[in-house]
Amino acid sequence: MTQISRFINIGERTNVAGSIKFKKLIVEENYEAALDVAREQVENGAQIIDINMDDAMLDAETAMVNFINLVAAEPDIARVPIMVDSSKWNVIEAGLKCLQGKGIVNSISLKEGDEPFIRQANLLRRYGAAVVVMAFDEKGQADTVKRKIEICERSYRVLVDQVGFPPEDIIFDPNIFAVATGIEEHDNYAVDFIEACKLIKERLPYAKISGGVSNVSFSFRGNNPVREAMHSVFLYHAVKAGMDMGIVNAGQLVVYEEIPAELRERVEDVILNRRSDATDRLLEIADKYKGTGGPEKKVDQEWRKKPVNERLAHALINGITEFVEEDTEEARLQADKPLHVIEGPLMDGMNIVGDLFGAGKMFLPQVVKSARVMKKAVAYLIPFIEEEKQGKRETNGKILLATVKGDVHDIGKNIVGVVLQCNNFEVLDLGVMVPTQKIIETAKAEKVDIIGLSGLITPSLEEMTYVAAEMQREGLNIPLLIGGATTSKVHTAVKIAPNYNKAVVYVIDASRAVGVASNLVSETRRDVFVKELHDEYVAMAERHAAQQLQKKRFALTDARANKAQLDWENYTPVAPAKPGLTVFDDFDLADLLARFDWKPFFETWELHGRFPAILDDEVVGETARNLFADAQAMLKRIVEEKWFTPRAVVGIWPANSVGDDIEITPAPDGNEPVVIHTLRQQMFRENNKRPNRALADYIAPKESGKTDYIGAFAVTAGPEVETIAKRLEAENDDYNAILVKALGDRFAEAFAETMHEKVRREIWAYARDEDLTNDDLIGEKYQGIRPAPGYPACPDHTEKGTLWKLLNAEENTGVSLTESFAMTPTASVSGFYFANPDAKYFGLGKIERDQVEDYANRKGMDLAVAERWLAPNLNYDPRPLRG
Amino acid sequence: MTDRKQRIALLKQRAEKQILILDGAMGTMIQKHKLEEEDYRGERFANWKQDIKGNNDLLSLTRPDIIKDIHLQYIAAGADLNGTNTFSATTIAQADYGMESLAYEINYESAKLARQACDEWEAAHPGDVRFVNGAIGPTNRTASISPDVNNPGYRGVTFDQLCTAYKEAANGLLDGGADTLLVETIFDTLNAKAALFAISEVLEERGEDVPIMISGTITDASGRTLSGQTTEAFYNSVRHAKPFSIGLNCALGAAQLRPYVVELSRVAECRVSVYPNAGLPNEFGEYDQTDSEMAALVREWAESGLINLLGGCCGTTPPHIRAITDAVKGCAPRKAPKLTPKMRLSGLEPFDAA
Repeated sequence: MTQISRFINIGERTNVAGSIKFKKLIVEENYEAALDVAREQVENGAQIIDINMDDAMLDAETAMVNFINLVAAEPDIARVPIMVDSSKWNVIEAGLKCLQGKGIVNSISLKEGDEPFIRQANLLRRYGAAVVVMAFDEKGQADTVKRKIEICERSYRVLVDQVGFPPEDIIFDPNIFAVATGIEEHDNYAVDFIEACKLIKERLPYAKISGGVSNVSFSFRGNNPVREAMHSVFLYHAVKAGMDMGIVNAGQLVVYEEIPAELRERVEDVILNRRSDATDRLLEIADKYKGTGGPEKKVDQEWRKKPVNERLAHALINGITEFVEEDTEEARLQADKPLHVIEGPLMDGMNIVGDLFGAGKMFLPQVVKSARVMKKAVAYLIPFIEEEKQGKRETNGKILLATVKGDVHDIGKNIVGVVLQCNNFEVLDLGVMVPTQKIIETAKAEKVDIIGLSGLITPSLEEMTYVAAEMQREGLNIPLLIGGATTSKVHTAVKIAPNYNKAVVYVIDASRAVGVASNLVSETRRDVFVKELHDEYVAMAERHAAQQLQKKRFALTDARANKAQLDWENYTPVAPAKPGLTVFDDFDLADLLARFDWKPFFETWELHGRFPAILDDEVVGETARNLFADAQAMLKRIVEEKWFTPRAVVGIWPANSVGDDIEITPAPDGNEPVVIHTLRQQMFRENNKRPNRALADYIAPKESGKTDYIGAFAVTAGPEVETIAKRLEAENDDYNAILVKALGDRFAEAFAETMHEKVRREIWAYARDEDLTNDDLIGEKYQGIRPAPGYPACPDHTEKGTLWKLLNAEENTGVSLTESFAMTPTASVSGFYFANPDAKYFGLGKIERDQVEDYANRKGMDLAVAERWLAPNLNYDPRPLRG
Repeated sequence: MTDRKQRIALLKQRAEKQILILDGAMGTMIQKHKLEEEDYRGERFANWKQDIKGNNDLLSLTRPDIIKDIHLQYIAAGADLNGTNTFSATTIAQADYGMESLAYEINYESAKLARQACDEWEAAHPGDVRFVNGAIGPTNRTASISPDVNNPGYRGVTFDQLCTAYKEAANGLLDGGADTLLVETIFDTLNAKAALFAISEVLEERGEDVPIMISGTITDASGRTLSGQTTEAFYNSVRHAKPFSIGLNCALGAAQLRPYVVELSRVAECRVSVYPNAGLPNEFGEYDQTDSEMAALVREWAESGLINLLGGCCGTTPPHIRAITDAVKGCAPRKAPKLTPKMRLSGLEPFDAA
């Protein structure tokens, strides 16, 4: 077949004039099977498919439009160009209006003279189609070589010279007529065609030649082997003469060399009109070959041998509906419940489709086809599912879908709707540009189970955030699905989910919608699904926030302009009941036990979880219980035998903020005012929605004219903690050494908590009537804060130096500071007190060079030294700038 | 210079000598104004029956000051061809806002605004002629994809409906002073074919010949248009319109578009245009690619001789256009390959009958 390897096969099966089977399918409107006919041709190698609906039984125009539109939804067919074949111009035009590709029109001719021919040719140029021109003129169809070339030449000149039609887009059909009819005048028809091909190629540059090959063998109807041999032989010679393409059944072309020699010779005699008795001689042997046709063309059905789950996946990926019912049945018989077929193999297949689509290996029309296979499988299963429900028609749930306000894109949303419906969800589609209020009202009125939002354009992202916030405000309690081209998991996690405290789920594409929706309505899986998703989103949002923190910063001046604005005008600072220093030399250990926070204790031992729930934890419960028992035993001894001597000092002084500093005036020792230097958050705040805080914001500024106060404290469980630990270590009792240190830390923390409470209620007494439980205290529900230098709000450890000076802490508590401003003994806690009810804990985050320079300047510290102390908080590389 | 014919001749001359610059995103620039419903409505549509926020094309009527200013910014940045604010100004797309009846007027006024901007520039910079590029968007319907997945043979819009809408748009643009027509952001080639059919009729009726620019959109990683065509299949489907240029825009950034630019450059007999997005949007729908990053990418195309026209789509701003203008200054425009005439057909994939 090498000679004809460049020959273009035009599939002929989708032609109601040539295929009784196809005509029947079209008349019965069995389009699915009709599409299979087209698909099979492409699979068998047709490079173009001819579509013809000319039949008295049909409204050819409607049938043409319907079928071409359906073909457009079948990517494996639509990948090839289409030949719109009709003898009626209106049908041709209707077909062209449905073709996105460049196709071929079959055909126009000079049958009715120049005028309609030129008009049609002009329109074809405008539609953008190549054209088959029949060798036909006012006198009729050309039969002889002379007539054929004469008409083709005339047509060519009109098209090229008058219309300006590109010659390479002209295909001549010089008419293939039947030979071996018994009528002598017909004997040379094939030769006439072949000769015409040669002349056209010589005289009409770039023009192509086509023809309906099966015509030539018309007289051997019923004897396919002979017909196929005739086609093969005819093509062999016609292609050599210049024929470029032909309407053939691509699945039934025998190879010229493989035709039995006897048959080939006699067929050749007929085609080439080599002897007058050629027809008789072929007839003589024709019956001998009848029914010996070549082996049936086999479609690749290897995949049918695979296990049923793989077959379903194959059918979904390739959009093959043919076997889907029998495969679904097989899967159903293997499954416990019919629903499991959907949730199992079918969804697995759709997930593969989703992955392939995401990777660019499938494109949208193919995915749509997959969804249809899915639908078919599901439709098959639904009666079984219903039967199982004893006839109760129940849907999996009701889902509201909407494209948000301002957006008009709905293709993706519609696909999601179909896929969900296929899976027995009731879908309530509100369409496009749906205002938030309508979404919420409908969701309430219709009692939907899930809301799904879609959007394609960027502003839709914000609109979705708004919808989520409104759902929260309106107190909805149903999951929210987010989908659409510009949406993303990160956006959902960071911007949408925080606005709605129920389930918010990003759905990457339609293929995932069912899995997500099924999980959300499943009694058994819902909670775990939502919890896992929530955790994932929170983690993602935190990661994102952390990344953002490293990115955008405000300039210090902008950050200061966005400081926490407290209402100083209506605020009256509470003067301390006992100003100045208060020292506690020895504190009763027993009084501290009630303020223990056990969670950090267990964390010291790498046991994470809430207390007391951790004691009953399935995995670590026993360890925790043993540890807790040992701790209780040691605690008892610590208290009874008075192992530690807790000491504390607290102080409260008049103060005002000056910029980011806090000045204590007059200074407790009457000298220069003591200045506490605070640092300000510099993270970028969108629209200044949240302030850029510094601790100084919590103290009334000097210009307010009001005297405010600041406090400070240092507490320790006592130096004995370390002495005892060292002794135990020396005895190689590491377990108890760690235990005593851990308990020492707990005492110090409990002491700090106790002192803070005492300060709030008695010493400063700004919250005399406070009545909080230990859990409230652990949850920081008290008024005011006690941030510690070296912790997130004021990470600079060197401020402890100021603190120590103010409190005379070393003398009053016995706690000293090392070179690196660490407290020793370590079972100690120190910090500032802020009483303002608006004072909140915060983390400084990363700061910029401008602030570090300013801060170093304020502190009278070398920039390099400040940078060293603040290293973990620098948002820049502190190496000196070059140049 | 007021005569369209003269300007077109000048445009063609300029295209021989240099890479022409298209403007950048209109929507991105409008977004920066953070307009609200009232801005869109203006006085004239204060009582319009439905929400119209987001109908950017309407701003040509209600906030012409903003639109003209954007044009002037792009002109100052170096744009030879300035796209009218008419991406959705067809009866079909305007139907979403109930504003079908305004389609012609929006096209006409938008072209006039761009014309005024170009004329003002030329008055201040004699001899520096800039051109009005009449933009014709894809509408929001697809002629070859069914919006109803259950009914794949159904169509939300027909070729004839599209033709009618596009004819009106083209006439409005030409009446308003467009020098060229740009069929852009094509995600369904059948829509584009309807637009080209309409334009061909309009030009014949008017007895005019204006350059037609065609720009398709590769929507995703499959390298195809939304309706499933490959780049070359897309070109084969529209080359009958004998366009001034064929190209790609939107959906992807320059880096992702490169293979398709190469493909087009190889097969196109006319000029090749590309106006990419400023990279891919980040997870928040924002475009981060800076002007210099984008300029570096497209400069490489220019140096590789792949390109005749360059500009920007979503996320690009006057600084991007300035950077591109500067980056390709002095680079020779691509020379179209001499190809043997052959029948170039297409379905979703190209098919050449050699």
